[in-house]
Formats: sequence, structure tokens, C-alpha cells
Amino acid sequence: MAVKGPIPQIPVPVWRNFKDLQEWEALHQTRPEGDKHSALFESLTDGIHSFPGGFAVTTVADNFLNWARKSSVWPVTFGLACCAIEMMATFASRFDVERLGMVPWASPRHADLMIVSGTVTIKMAPMLLRIYDQMPDPKWAVSMGSCANSGGPFRHGYHVVKGVDRVIPVDVYVPGCPPPPESLLNGLLLLQDQIAHFRRSGRRAAPNPKVD
Amino acid sequence: MTSDEALTLIGERFAGARVDGRAPLVVTVPVDAWLRFAQFAKDTLGCRYFAFLTAVDWKEEGLEVVAKVDNLDDRVSLLMKTRLGPGVSICASLTPVYRGANWMERECYDMFGIRFEGHPDLRRILLADDWEGHPLLKSYAVDTPHPPYR
Repeated sequence: MAVKGPIPQIPVPVWRNFKDLQEWEALHQTRPEGDKHSALFESLTDGIHSFPGGFAVTTVADNFLNWARKSSVWPVTFGLACCAIEMMATFASRFDVERLGMVPWASPRHADLMIVSGTVTIKMAPMLLRIYDQMPDPKWAVSMGSCANSGGPFRHGYHVVKGVDRVIPVDVYVPGCPPPPESLLNGLLLLQDQIAHFRRSGRRAAPNPKVD
Repeated sequence: MTSDEALTLIGERFAGARVDGRAPLVVTVPVDAWLRFAQFAKDTLGCRYFAFLTAVDWKEEGLEVVAKVDNLDDRVSLLMKTRLGPGVSICASLTPVYRGANWMERECYDMFGIRFEGHPDLRRILLADDWEGHPLLKSYAVDTPHPPYR
């Protein structure tokens, strides 16, 4: 009777250098110029703000504008892969994002939010960036699913951008493969929370504290 | 035309061919007989349906081009292979015989960098035109950077 040798073990990958992590840090969320504003609007608000007691007006106006912004976030209909099916389910009647003031709009010119739903290939990335650039400021981006967050199961393929935050700045990451509509809905609510604290200066609000 | 008849015909006409399997017929021919063998498979064996063409990278042993053609009337399917030899990436194109080989060979060029001699329009088909390298080669590192997205 033949005696079987030991089963060959596949060596465990050792992450000696955290090259990917360092790269992620370097490329993460770079949009140095921030949101673009009208210079006239900015000088006007600065004038009101420096007026005695004017801060009360600007704060109230800021709150009002932020309330308006967060209550009418229009996502551009932009589906890339299977996550788009879940995104469509979120838009449809059962989960109905329209009660949050979100109207899926088929033009980037009228949209405030881009939900990157699916794998971004290196060939698709310039088009994605182009659509993002066509959206008027202030604009937000939600990265939906593992592929858009980090490349997901295709991370070690030759053709996939390893996270859409290497192409555009991302505000909310929704994990999952694919995330169910509840997850995306939660992400959109977190985004509304961020928009409520949006500053006039164009600086983004601090990210939500981790609650576990 | 049955598989056995096809086998005897192949044995008569192509002495350098090696037969590795029966269903489908797996035939390895020398690279200089590649186009002649395709013509023979289409005309004599009646394999008029071109299924696919691809390649295998055997590292030190070089590249291997694989094509499958079928005789749908007599249910004979033929998997034809050829070894290009170590370090060689030039092969005869099958487009004069099978028009369906056109895009398959373009994809094969895209992924493996095999230059098909006699192809009418050999350029990249799936990857972008400015792509560097051929990603399905074993020598292509998975961490190859792609600026500006990597």
C-alpha cells in the first residue's frame, strides 16, 4: 500500500511591506482645490460675516443651505456592474430613496452625487472622471461595494483600478459584495449627515466617528 | 467523415503531427505547417466552424497557440495546437482560411503579444491602445503599475 506524503501546503502570503496601504494613504482623497465657489458669492458672504452680528446671519444661511442641499441630493444614474442592480433596487419603490429627496437623474449636469456602483476598470476610469468633472460643485461621491472601495476580488487583476478613490475623492464607502439596498440606504443617510455639516469654505466635514 | 478517418488522413498528410486525444481530436503540428494544416482541416476534414483561438504560456518552453475547429455535420471536433518555441512570438495567421480568426488573433496579440504574420489589422482589441505589455504572459507581474490610477 502506497503511503501518501504530507499534503503540500500553500504558503501564506506575508505582507512584509505595506506598500498597498502606503499607496492608499498617498492617493487617498486628493482634491486640493476643494469645492469651487462663485467669487462674488464668497465676497458677499465674507462681507456679511465680518459685519457685527453677521455671523448669526451666515450661520443661519449656512444651515439653511445645507438643509436644502441634503434634502435634494440627486444621484446621477451611473451603473457599472452588479452593484448597479442593488442600486436600482434602492431607487425603486420598495426602498424608495425619493422620500429622502433623492431623484435619480440621467444627466451629470443636474446631479450632486455619484454612486460608483461596481468595478472600475483602467479603461473606464477616464470616462468616470469625465462624468464626475461634468457635475457642478458642490458634489459628493459614494463608493459602493468592494470593487469600488478597493478593487475587491479583482484587486490583483491587471485591469482594475484598485479603489475608485484613486480616481475621484470619495465621501462615503459602502462595504459589501454587493451591498444590499439597506446598506446603500444607510450610506446615503450617512452622506446626508455629512452634507448637513458642510462648510461654506469648501472644506469637508470631519468623517463620522467610528461606532462599533 | 469520422474521427478515425480524420486520424488516418492526418497521419498520411502530416507526418510531423502528434495526436494527443480522440474526442476532441487533439493534434499538435509544427509551427511551419500551421496554416497548411488549417487549410487541410477546413477543406478535407470539413471543419468549417471556427470555435476559438487562444494561447498558453508554458514559460521556458515558450508559447503555444491553440485553435478549435468543428465539423458540425459529422460531429468531428478538432483541437489544433502548435508550439512557437522558446522566446519566439511569431505565428502564421489563420485569417486567410477562417475569417473568424481575425478578432481572436487580435485578442491573442493583445494578451500574449503573439504577432500573427499575414493578419490584415493586428492591433489591440480589448485593452486601451496605450497599454504597455501583454498581461496574460507569465512574465507580466500582477503589481505592474498603471499610472495615473495606480
